[in-house]
Amino acid sequence: MWVIYKKEIRSFLSSLTAFIVMVVFLIITGLLMWVFGGNTVFDLGISSMVVMFNLAPYVFIFLVSAVTMRSFSEEKRLGTLETLSTRPISDLGVILGKYFANVTLVIFALLPTLIYYYSISELGDPTGNIDTGAMWGSYFGLILLGAAYTSIGMFASAITENQIVALILSMLICLVSYEVLGMVGEIKALEGIGKSIHWFGLDFHYYSLSRGVLDTRDLVYFISFSGLFIWITKLVYESRKW
Amino acid sequence: MSIEVTNLTKKYGDQVAVNHISFQAGKGEIVGFLGPNGAGKSTTMKILTCFIPPTEGTAKVCGFDIGEKSIEVRKHVGYLPEHNPLYLEMYVKEYLRFAAELGKTKNPAQRVKEVIALTRLESEQHKKIRQLSKGYRQRVGLAQAIIHDPEVLILDEPTSGLDPNQVIEIRDLIKNLGKEKTIMISTHIMQEVEAICDRVIIIDKGNIVADDTLENLRNSAAGKVIIRIQFAEKMDAEKIKSIPNCDKATETENNTWLLESADSAFRQQVSQFALKNNYEVLELVSEKNTLEEIFRKLTGNVGHL
Repeated sequence: MWVIYKKEIRSFLSSLTAFIVMVVFLIITGLLMWVFGGNTVFDLGISSMVVMFNLAPYVFIFLVSAVTMRSFSEEKRLGTLETLSTRPISDLGVILGKYFANVTLVIFALLPTLIYYYSISELGDPTGNIDTGAMWGSYFGLILLGAAYTSIGMFASAITENQIVALILSMLICLVSYEVLGMVGEIKALEGIGKSIHWFGLDFHYYSLSRGVLDTRDLVYFISFSGLFIWITKLVYESRKW
Repeated sequence: MSIEVTNLTKKYGDQVAVNHISFQAGKGEIVGFLGPNGAGKSTTMKILTCFIPPTEGTAKVCGFDIGEKSIEVRKHVGYLPEHNPLYLEMYVKEYLRFAAELGKTKNPAQRVKEVIALTRLESEQHKKIRQLSKGYRQRVGLAQAIIHDPEVLILDEPTSGLDPNQVIEIRDLIKNLGKEKTIMISTHIMQEVEAICDRVIIIDKGNIVADDTLENLRNSAAGKVIIRIQFAEKMDAEKIKSIPNCDKATETENNTWLLESADSAFRQQVSQFALKNNYEVLELVSEKNTLEEIFRKLTGNVGHL
């Protein structure tokens, strides 16, 4: 598993993927947090990173899908899946190696935003006045959310040779899991069970974590979510054996 | 036995790709796996390398069952798939290092050096795989197959698409490797089998039609003389048949005849026949019973050569 992990990380670095992902994420969140739109930190006048944490899930839908789309599609297209799966390594080992490499990239994309935390805490009145608990909770939630998106992206990549199809499919499933389930929950006709439907959405648990309370139920939810998609990915990966 | 295949069958839907085949390969043997395109060569190889499971039957590699001890099998097998898939963006050394670590090699750096020397990739080792010519890519493919020092090598058409010089180089490389390893190599080129293999398995439409040493195969077809003769004028079939000991005579082209006989002195008789009757002979060739012909006869497939 770690051999695969190492190889994936190397390929992120040598293909500049890692660099581009970090820069794009930083630019988009940076611009919307400090410069554009009516919701910048200065407009709101609150020393909080809530702008970034509301925005990041949507940026991630695109970025994570773009990063994960090549995981298996490319191997299928090149045919390297055949050499890879005839080596003494289990299928799950291959999948987990790639999964953790992608999650690592997500974490590294978040690291530079710690500068924002520093800036805002300096801008606070008095200096250092920021809800640190909520911030760490949100970071933690964002990493778990990125990991969940990664598992979706890997699944999408496993079912097709075409990277564009993988990208679009992944974005679609991410959007449904993050946004649409909550919208469905608000339909009037579903009043009785609306809340339960929303509970299955990623956003429900993400916002729960962003309040700064580490609830084990949310943790279990995120881990199960990733686990489910990794399991489906494994099924798809092994479908050549059917 | 390094490879033991028993009653192996693979079906894709209704299509039978491999039909109850059984064969064995002993240690240190180089086995040529011969057959027209679509005969089931690649499918058999994919099953032996644990890429796809068989529909029926079993196979053992180095004593390990491909279904139950898949990881063990993969440790003992080196595989070069048909189109030699490689990560084009990786450097040669980087890729071999990756393959060595995946193969659980003890001292990867050392082993990569050895394999690069063995496949004579020294001059290209610092390049990206994308930059290599087809011949060198094929060497990288071979290098990754042997990197974990497997006992069995399975090579699917290792020389296809190479130029004649590269073909000879790759063949020499395989021959050298065959001194210590069991090699199974698939091809549809006769000369390749004649050049490197000890044994031939001919497969056609999923069935094994021959499994023997090269020598035995040649001998079984021997004892027959085939002569191609071209006359300057039109000949009568009756007249040709009157040649002593002529078993079969067929006109292939204008005035060209294929004559078959069991008599080893048939050539002299043909030339005497021409002299006696004062026929002008433009060409007289004795056709050797080559492997190619055996193959054609067994697979009944001229077009696929």
